[in-house]
Amino acid sequence: MAVRLYLNSVGKTFTMHLQGGTVIPVVEKVEFSVDAGECVVLGGPSGAGKSSILKMIYGNYRCDQGQILVTVGDEIVNVAGAKPRDILKLRSDTIGYVSQFLRTIPRVSAEDVVAEPLIAQGSSEEEGRDKARTLLARLNVPERLWTLPPATFSGGEQQRVNIARGFIAHYPILLLDEPTASLDAANRAVVVRLVEEKKAQGVAMVGILHDQDVRQEIADRIIDVTSFSSEVAA
Amino acid sequence: MNVFQPEAPLLQVHNVTRYYGDRIGCLDVSFDLWPGEVLAIVGESGSGKTTLLNCLSTRLAPTAGAIEYRMRDGAMRNLYQLTEAERRLLMRTDWGFVHQNAADGLRMNVSAGANVGERLMAVGDRHYGNIRSTADDWLGRVEIESDRIDDDPRSFSGGMRQRLQIARNLVTRPRLVFMDEPTGGLDVSVQARLLDLLRRLVADLGLSVVIVTHDLAVARLLSHRIMVMRHGNVIEAGLTDQVLDDPREPYTQLLVSSILQV
Repeated sequence: MAVRLYLNSVGKTFTMHLQGGTVIPVVEKVEFSVDAGECVVLGGPSGAGKSSILKMIYGNYRCDQGQILVTVGDEIVNVAGAKPRDILKLRSDTIGYVSQFLRTIPRVSAEDVVAEPLIAQGSSEEEGRDKARTLLARLNVPERLWTLPPATFSGGEQQRVNIARGFIAHYPILLLDEPTASLDAANRAVVVRLVEEKKAQGVAMVGILHDQDVRQEIADRIIDVTSFSSEVAA
Repeated sequence: MNVFQPEAPLLQVHNVTRYYGDRIGCLDVSFDLWPGEVLAIVGESGSGKTTLLNCLSTRLAPTAGAIEYRMRDGAMRNLYQLTEAERRLLMRTDWGFVHQNAADGLRMNVSAGANVGERLMAVGDRHYGNIRSTADDWLGRVEIESDRIDDDPRSFSGGMRQRLQIARNLVTRPRLVFMDEPTGGLDVSVQARLLDLLRRLVADLGLSVVIVTHDLAVARLLSHRIMVMRHGNVIEAGLTDQVLDDPREPYTQLLVSSILQV
């Protein structure tokens, strides 16, 4: 299988200048790769650095050491050294991020929020909206809400809107940041099916999933993040 | 990395420095701006962000450094070597400037329609009917009712004036728009509407924007890239969400941690 993502000796520390320059080591020598069609789940307790690894891959956190190599077509791009506009391009075409936290934008309807990433990849507005409606229906978001801005939705509804937004577009790499947290059983099952569909399409996925059942169903491999803990060295 | 867009930058800023006597306005600022890119300049009052914006928009000559702009014919020109006529044409057609105080960017004693139409006449449009219908179309795009076209902006609310100023700037289809605290001084609901409008227009028109703001939420919503200024220096720059979520410099960490959570 083709390697889509490779983390090579990645390390991250935070320096908290407002707390007297305290240095917080997060992870070091993170090393793993993800193949097309594979779902790798990051395991380990809270604070072990799972989210930080995901955020570094997405370019949301800076990567202090090592390389994060991503296959784009027949080229290899290092996210750790990429320019801002290259990271934006990667985010629109190559790397998707599914999280539970929706950053609502005033006056934009739920279906438009969901359709946006697909339209950004070149689909027509009509196609984007059709697919958005299909996904919102699958995730049991009531139809009367689709044309309303999600700012006033319940937490669970917002979360499902954001999951739909995360799954709608075609990304060769998808990062899953607790997509099933606090979902009911029926919606968890929908997310599991969405992940399986992506796998079948050859999407490489890295996930954080605390839910044991979901993890068992979708993980091909579990990587224990505590083995990258830098506190051992400190 | 040639998998990415091969196009050339629209604006190239090289070591721009501006002194006020002995005091530093801004020091040694360099960056490139690409077509369709929104760059936010953030920092506290007195950090040099407005000085820099004024240097970029040829409103204030830098003490040192150079600013190059890609003209519509594709040639890179040094802005401070343009003739006065060329510079004025650029400002009236290819550029926009949205002031914090709408009254600075509007003519307050002529009608809303004339405020928008004036920019069209400046680029040579002479057909009254066309000018009026284009002005009406633009008022609609910034959500001003058609029946207000003959009213002058003194009768408009602050939010409406700001939207009118935006229409006046965008009617000539500029490629680069400078904005100085465009949402400053507006109450939050009016601000939200204006931000959403700006976000859509910028994306639809593929505008390049340099926006000065002290509001990090505005920067997060509108900009791709951010530059943090302090004491005239750019102390940190990068992808907007990276700088805001993983700030590196002590001052940036202070700015980010000072945002009130609602």
